[in-house]
Amino acid sequence: MKKQRIGVYICHCGGNISDYVDVEQLSKLIQAEEGIIISKDVMFACADSNQKDMIQDIQEQKLDAIVVASCSPKLHTHTFRNVAIRAGINQYNYTQVNIREQCSWAHSDTPMDATIKAYGLIRAGMNRVSYSEALENVEIKTHRAVAIVGAGVAGMRAAIDSARMGNHVYLLEKDFFVGGHVPHLGKLFPTGEDGKEVVTKLYNTIRQMPNVTLFTGAHLEKVTGSVGNFTVEVKISPRYLSANADPQKIHRVFSDCCPESSNPLLYKDKEHRIMYKSYPEALPDIPVVDVERLQSNVAFYEKYKDIFDVNQQLQLLKLNVGSVLVTTGFDFYQPTEGEYGYKQSDKVITLPEFKKLVDANSDQLIYNGKPISSVAFIYCVGNRQAKGENKYCSRQCCTATIHTSIQLHEKFKGVKAYHVYRDIRTYGKQELLYRKSSQLGDIYLKFEEKEPPIVDCSGKQPLIKVKDYLTSKKEISFDTDLVVLVTGMVAREDRTEIASILKIPIGSDKFYNEIHPKLKPVETVITGVYIGGACQGPKNISESVQSALSGAAKINALIKRGTIALEPIVARINADACVWCGKCAEVCEYDAIKSVEFNGKQIAEVNGATCKGCGICAPVCQSDAIEIAQYTNNEIESMIDGFMSKADIKEKTVDAESHEEKKAGMKEYPHVWNQIVTLLDGQKLTIPQISEQLGHESNVITYHLMTMNKYSVVEPAGLDDDEAYFYYKLKK
Amino acid sequence: MSTEKFSPKILVFSTDKISDPGIDQAGLRKIHYSPSVYVISLPCSSGIKPRWIMRALQKGFDGVFIAADGHECSYSSKCAEHTNTIIVESQKLMKENNINPKRIRMAALCSVCAEPFVSHMGNFSKILSELGGIDTEVYSQK
Repeated sequence: MKKQRIGVYICHCGGNISDYVDVEQLSKLIQAEEGIIISKDVMFACADSNQKDMIQDIQEQKLDAIVVASCSPKLHTHTFRNVAIRAGINQYNYTQVNIREQCSWAHSDTPMDATIKAYGLIRAGMNRVSYSEALENVEIKTHRAVAIVGAGVAGMRAAIDSARMGNHVYLLEKDFFVGGHVPHLGKLFPTGEDGKEVVTKLYNTIRQMPNVTLFTGAHLEKVTGSVGNFTVEVKISPRYLSANADPQKIHRVFSDCCPESSNPLLYKDKEHRIMYKSYPEALPDIPVVDVERLQSNVAFYEKYKDIFDVNQQLQLLKLNVGSVLVTTGFDFYQPTEGEYGYKQSDKVITLPEFKKLVDANSDQLIYNGKPISSVAFIYCVGNRQAKGENKYCSRQCCTATIHTSIQLHEKFKGVKAYHVYRDIRTYGKQELLYRKSSQLGDIYLKFEEKEPPIVDCSGKQPLIKVKDYLTSKKEISFDTDLVVLVTGMVAREDRTEIASILKIPIGSDKFYNEIHPKLKPVETVITGVYIGGACQGPKNISESVQSALSGAAKINALIKRGTIALEPIVARINADACVWCGKCAEVCEYDAIKSVEFNGKQIAEVNGATCKGCGICAPVCQSDAIEIAQYTNNEIESMIDGFMSKADIKEKTVDAESHEEKKAGMKEYPHVWNQIVTLLDGQKLTIPQISEQLGHESNVITYHLMTMNKYSVVEPAGLDDDEAYFYYKLKK
Repeated sequence: MSTEKFSPKILVFSTDKISDPGIDQAGLRKIHYSPSVYVISLPCSSGIKPRWIMRALQKGFDGVFIAADGHECSYSSKCAEHTNTIIVESQKLMKENNINPKRIRMAALCSVCAEPFVSHMGNFSKILSELGGIDTEVYSQK
């Protein structure tokens, strides 16, 4: 039923609206409209005093809906929904009309047109609210448990903090060892701490926490349910080691079958091993058995068979959690064969490979049995491609390279480093590393994407030719022992697996997409599913940990109370009109629609807990049987009609009485003004004094006093004795 | 009605999380655009019904502009594709009703795209001014 007792509040916003829009005239015009019980222009709609007045109006006049025409709905929707709740009407019987950002400010050059537009906007809001329905938030119970997918540094750190906040954490790692890329990076900027040490510290902390359960070899299989109550199905791959085997014997056998490789770059190469670890100190400190290789090597199996259990099966676990945090990280860009000579010459390697090399050597830098005395780093490989797929910058690679170069000088004497770069982006404190590298004698040569360096590997040593833009594009050629390609970060190859299970949108850069980079940086469109770390875009370790911790904090805020309220803005099916063609279910990316039998026919049914209210299903329905709550045909179409409403709006005339004085004389200014005016009668006071005497916070007094000053109600009256604050007095 | 004075009425469908904040920002920075532009914000541009577009044109809006999220849409990676289908469907209805399909336009707008929004409004106003008021088409069929 249409609402018939509507209250309309039109805000002056100090003067932000009323300086351009004739709100007083609009208020009077709207008062005469059908169904409008109250129409007021108020100085600050959001002020406490006005909120109290609104509650009084709603209760005394038995209003059934309210419209507030003021600023953007992004700012005060919750304020006025709360007013509605406190007044005893449904919070969804309120409509916010934006007459500031999208009217008075946007059209401050044409006040009369702004007033005409504001009338249309308010009429649209009135029409919309007249069709508004009382909706109830969906209350959902939440499990105080979190699944964190990915046990890299970001995931482990988030697990620790989430557990400390009182949640049970299931930390799921697809690999058999924790830490992701970090243990393989050697020393890390800016502290110089070793990646392995960082991972070991985090792992040891996790081991001591009873409310963190770590699963390695854990594949996310399926996630059902919704925020507060997800069921996460995980498949755990076996290590094929007997549960009763002596750990010391396992390590002895592991050493027997897997002597350390002389080539540090090959350590992770598990292809040729019966038992393997991703690096010698990898954690958990239990190797993994390649069961096929074990079974094909009968002699080895027979010799040590008491430590193996080849009959172990995949285990399927079901975990109940309230929320999920995804910290699956990234892949390093893998250059294509021939890209700067990669894979065509063994003297061309990537930065992650080079870091392993630097980490593994102690006194002299040896590669393939030969000493290395010069290294050329080529930057931005696989990133910042104007015409390629990876248009973005990976943020951390400039600093990682320069930090590695400094290590070269500190660890191995006499190694020369050439940096063939496009731009150096050692932002923040990392700039100091760039300065240090320059002081150590590193040579920087700048190229542009259109003229990349040429790596010629046909000779004994790689020959690099580059047009140096720092010396008027002079072509410079030099030999080097090793070429290091500074490869950036790319989205994980298996990203779509997790994305399809959790319904996380993927951006054009192929990383996971948050809702808003600034305002909702770790939230996804799936309520209860958060993303953190480098799975959402290139980040260094500090930034990854920051975003994962932010996700952990958001999750705690969500699940700690035990219940959460979801907005009821979801799709609804008109059962009479629906003929179940299935198109709505086809386009729904959240599996929120399924077919059910109703009165002898098949119709669509919406799961309110999983529906996101995006409305994608509505236009594809040929029988127009789908509507989204708050965005119904009646609401939208009546808004369109409202925009086109005409009224007899007259140009505002300026009276002989001062414009400012008239404004100040308005009856609707906040009660705080009355208090200030009474207090200042016959005396001058500073803001802290007024604040103390009236019992309001000083920022509230400052805000109102500045507006009163603007409208010449008060004026400054000199500085106090300490010259710290201005006195204010009433303006006569 | 002379062309100079004609200020086409444009209905913009924006999105709550991305393009509407971009439009707000134009106001915040007082970058002016035509006061004949009215905005309805929705969760996602893929949820616009062609009947709403037709309603706007039949009620006197000279053009409809869809400020979509493009690749930034947090609901669907196929948002641009879905929105485009809605435009195609709407244009079919427009043709059936003798309305020039140029009266609908779409562009992706980000949450800080204040200048691009104002520029789109300027360009679309020019196109609509050349086409003339909607009444010349809607009413001519009657």
